[in-house]
Amino acid sequence: MTRAYRWLLPHPLLTLILAVVWVLLQNDITAGMVVFGIILGVVIPWMTSVWWPDTPKGFRLGKMVSYSLMVMWDIMVANVQVAWIVISVPNAKLKPAWIVIPLELRQPEAITVLAGTITLTPGTVSADLSDEGHSLLVHVLHTDDPDGVRDEIKTRYERRLLEIFV
Amino acid sequence: MIDIIATYAAALSLLVGSGFVLVGAIGLLKFNDSMTRLHAPTKVGTVGIGMLLLGSMIDTFISGDTSIHELLIMAFLFVTAPISAHFIAKVNIHRRACDTPPAPPRDSTWSTLDSPEGESQ
Repeated sequence: MTRAYRWLLPHPLLTLILAVVWVLLQNDITAGMVVFGIILGVVIPWMTSVWWPDTPKGFRLGKMVSYSLMVMWDIMVANVQVAWIVISVPNAKLKPAWIVIPLELRQPEAITVLAGTITLTPGTVSADLSDEGHSLLVHVLHTDDPDGVRDEIKTRYERRLLEIFV
Repeated sequence: MIDIIATYAAALSLLVGSGFVLVGAIGLLKFNDSMTRLHAPTKVGTVGIGMLLLGSMIDTFISGDTSIHELLIMAFLFVTAPISAHFIAKVNIHRRACDTPPAPPRDSTWSTLDSPEGESQ
């Protein structure tokens, strides 16, 4: 039963997201479109499961929602900070820096979410991953304390992602 | 009454959004190094465009023709923006257009610089 379920729905969450996106694309909820969205949500993950063989096992959706809300708030706050840096700090006084973040996360999906979060939060861009995936290279626009930025990313984002992807 | 408030809210979000987009453009022109340049448009752009889309949503809502496509645009933008920023950063590392990054502590090199033997850098 479980195997049949795994075969039919390799990524249940992706199925749900595809169905919801399809309905949103229509801008109008009708029964036919919901059914077609569910068909797409079943067929597309089934056809593409060859390229995404490992399903992330433990994924806590509730914690992911609160994480997303926190990231949105951080984006708003940090946007104002970066806008202020752009306007007020002259080029000669700008202190860009590379920082290296040693990763505790091992799952590719979790590292992707962390790298995306770092890039979306203004002031930091994730630039590269080391060849075995043990550290993440991040570029900071303007900082006096590179180690502080690294510790903040580790405690604020990575610790929460470790709880989401178990 | 609600119409007036909504119109002002839409106008305000359009103004704030265009302000952020303007700051992003200023940053792109002002910074003189390709890595720092990357910061301004990719960042300030997300909230800038988000606010413009919010204005559009408020406007369609009060005109009785509610549109939720903007939520999708925002979602796609937030998912794809890091990817393009990541690629530009990789190109900068390849072209040595920035300071050489420090070596990773536990691995041999960064994956962008990890080229097979004999291939020119």
